[in-house]
Amino acid sequence: MLIKELTELNGVSGNEDEVRKFIKAEAEKYADSITEDSMGNLICYKKGMSSKYRVMLSAHMDEVGFMVTGYEDGLLKFASIGGIDERILPGKRVLVGDKRIPGVIGSKPIHLQEKIERGNNIKQKNMYIDIGAEKKEEAEKLAPLGEYIAFHSPYTEFGDGCIKAKALDDRIGCAILLEILKETYRFDLYVCFTVQEEIGLRGAGIAAFRVNPDIAIVVEGTTCSDVPGAREHEYSTVMGQGAALTVMDRTSYPNKRLVEFMYKTAIDKNIPVQYKQTTTGGNDAGKIQLTREGVVVASVSVPCRYIHSPVSVMNRRDYESCLKLVKAVLDEMGSNENLIESFKA
Amino acid sequence: MDYINILKDLSTYPGVSGREDKLSGYIAKMFEKYCDSVEIDEFYNVIGIKKGKGKQGRRIMVTAHIDEIGLMVKSIDEKGFVTVSNIGGVDSKVLLAQEVIIHGKKEIYGIIGAKPPHLLTPEEIKKAVKMEDLTIDTGLPAEEVRKNVSIGDIVTFKVEPFVLQNNRFSSKSLDNRAGVVALLDIMENLTLLNHNDDIWFVATVQEEVGLRGANIAAYNINPDLAIVIDVCHGQIPGTPKESVFPLGKGPAVAVGPNLHRRYTKKMIKVAKEENIPYQIDVEPGDTGTEAWAVQVSREGIPTLLVSIPLKYMHTVIETLNVDDIKNTGRLIARFISTTGNEMEEGLC
Repeated sequence: MLIKELTELNGVSGNEDEVRKFIKAEAEKYADSITEDSMGNLICYKKGMSSKYRVMLSAHMDEVGFMVTGYEDGLLKFASIGGIDERILPGKRVLVGDKRIPGVIGSKPIHLQEKIERGNNIKQKNMYIDIGAEKKEEAEKLAPLGEYIAFHSPYTEFGDGCIKAKALDDRIGCAILLEILKETYRFDLYVCFTVQEEIGLRGAGIAAFRVNPDIAIVVEGTTCSDVPGAREHEYSTVMGQGAALTVMDRTSYPNKRLVEFMYKTAIDKNIPVQYKQTTTGGNDAGKIQLTREGVVVASVSVPCRYIHSPVSVMNRRDYESCLKLVKAVLDEMGSNENLIESFKA
Repeated sequence: MDYINILKDLSTYPGVSGREDKLSGYIAKMFEKYCDSVEIDEFYNVIGIKKGKGKQGRRIMVTAHIDEIGLMVKSIDEKGFVTVSNIGGVDSKVLLAQEVIIHGKKEIYGIIGAKPPHLLTPEEIKKAVKMEDLTIDTGLPAEEVRKNVSIGDIVTFKVEPFVLQNNRFSSKSLDNRAGVVALLDIMENLTLLNHNDDIWFVATVQEEVGLRGANIAAYNINPDLAIVIDVCHGQIPGTPKESVFPLGKGPAVAVGPNLHRRYTKKMIKVAKEENIPYQIDVEPGDTGTEAWAVQVSREGIPTLLVSIPLKYMHTVIETLNVDDIKNTGRLIARFISTTGNEMEEGLC
C-alpha cells in the first residue's frame, strides 16, 4: 500500500533520494516524461488533450529529521532539520544514515535529574543519540559529521480509520499525486514532487519556474489541533471532517476565486471539505505563488495530528476526500477551460 | 541461551506493578525448564526451587522483580481522549508522542499527545509537561472508548526493541526483566555446577510501588541468604561518575550497610578468582532495591545486591549490554556453587 511504503522511506530535507527513487519508479508507469532537476525535484509531465493551459500539482517528498553535529564519547550530538518540538524527542527511536543504523534519543533518567531539571523540559542540547558506540572513533566511522538521521516509526492502522506514521507531511500528498497521475486530463499536467520544503520551501520555487504554470495546487499534510488543550477556535483543522482548504497562512494567500471554486465543487459532489481555520503553518504554495510574474495557487490538505512527530495521525477518510476533491477540480477545469482563465483574471 | 530473543519477549510482555498475573504465568513456564518445582504465590510472585546436594536444607533466595512502571486510566473526556496517572516513577517528560496500549475490555492502541506546540505560552514551553495534561488519543469515537475502557484500566508502553552496536539492547522494562534473564542464566549455569544449598529463585511483584513482593517472599521462604538482582544507572553524560556504571564492564556488586559484609567480600573474591568483570556500587544507605526490604525480614536475612548497568532507566529506551547480564549470571552461579562449607562461617 502506497501510504505505508511512502512513509516508511526516509527522506529528510536534502536527502530525498530514497523517496525520489520510489516515486520515480511509480510515476514512470503513467507519466509521458519525467525531469529530475539540479536540486532533486521530480517533474512528471502528463500530456493533455489540449496544451493551452499548464496545471501544476505539487507535493513535497522531504520530511523533518536530524543531522549529526558532533560526538560525546560514542554518543552523537545532533541538530534538527525542519521544525521539531524538542519536548517530544526524549525516548524516541531513530535510524542513522542510509545504512539505517538503529539509535535512541537519550537523556538523563528522572532519578538522576536535579530538582530544577525535573520541573523543566529537557533541552535538545542535553540529549544525544545513542547507537551503542563506545568511543568517538567508532561513532565517527558509523555516523560521520553531517550524516542524516530520520525518525523510526512503522506505519500502523488504528482506531476508526486512523493511520499513525512518520512523514505523513507530506508523503500523504505524494500518495495522492501518484493516484492523480494515473488519469489523463484535458490540459497539460505537471505533477511535481519537490524537495526541501521543511527548511524553507526551497525546491518548489525552481520547479514552478521551470513549469511556468497557469495554475498550481499544492497537496499537503497540514496541522490538526483538535485535541485537548486547544480551544475550538484554535483548531486549525478537524480530523475526519474532510479535505482542508487554506484561506491564508504564513507563506501564501491562495487565489480566492480558485479556493471558492474548490469549496463549491466539494459541496456539489458531496465530498467532505473544511476550511483551515487558523493561519499557522505554510507550504510550497508560498514560493510557487511568487514565481516569475506570479502564479494562481491553492492548497488542499489532509489534517494530521501530532505533525512533525514520529507519531503523526491522519484519518483515511480525509485522504479519500482530498483525492476525490483534487480529481473533481481537475475534471471541472478540463470540462470548462474558461474556468482557468477566470481564476487568472 | 538466545539472550536477544528472550529479552525481546520478556521486555515487551505487559506486567505493570499489581497486574503481573499473566506475566507470572509466562515466567513460571520459563522456570519449569530448570527448576525441580515451580509455584506462584497469592501475590503472583513466581517461586522456582532447585534442590542442592547438601543435606542441611539451607536456602539461598535469589530475587529479581518482574513488574514494570506504567500508567492507569484516570478519566475519559467528552471526545474520548483518555487521561492517566502514573504507577511507579514515570517521567512525564518522556511520554509525549509515545505509543501505548490501553488494557481495557480489549487492547486499544493509542498515542500520547498534549497541547500543540504553537499554542503554548513561553512559560509552558519551558516547564515540563504535567502528567494531568497528557492525553491518550485512541482514534476512536468517545462512545467506543467508553464501551471498552474503564477508570483504573492499565496502560503499557508499546515499543519496538532495538539491537544497537556492541551487543547493546534497547527496550522498555529492562528494569528489571534484565534481572529475570539473569535468573534464567543462573539456572542454566547451575545445570553444570554442583551446589549444596537449595536455591529459591523468586520473580517478584510490586517492586516499583514499594518492594512488596520481595517483602512477602522473604517472610514466606525465610532464607539463610538472599541475593537481589536489579539494575543500576548506566554511565551517561552530565552525571557524577561515582554514581553511574559504564556498560559492558560487568555487574555492580553493592557494598554498604544494606548488604552483608562477609558475603559481599566473598562475592567479590569469586569474581576475582573466576576472572568475571565486576564493578563496585557504593551504597551508604537505602539501596532503593528489594535488598532494603529483605534484609530486615523476620529475624534478619543476610542480603547481597548485584546490579546490571542500565542507561535511561524508566524510559521506553532503557539500554544495556547483554554481556553484563551474562556476567551477572556467571558470577552468582559461581558464588552459589561455592557456598555451603562457608555458610556457617558467614553467618557468625
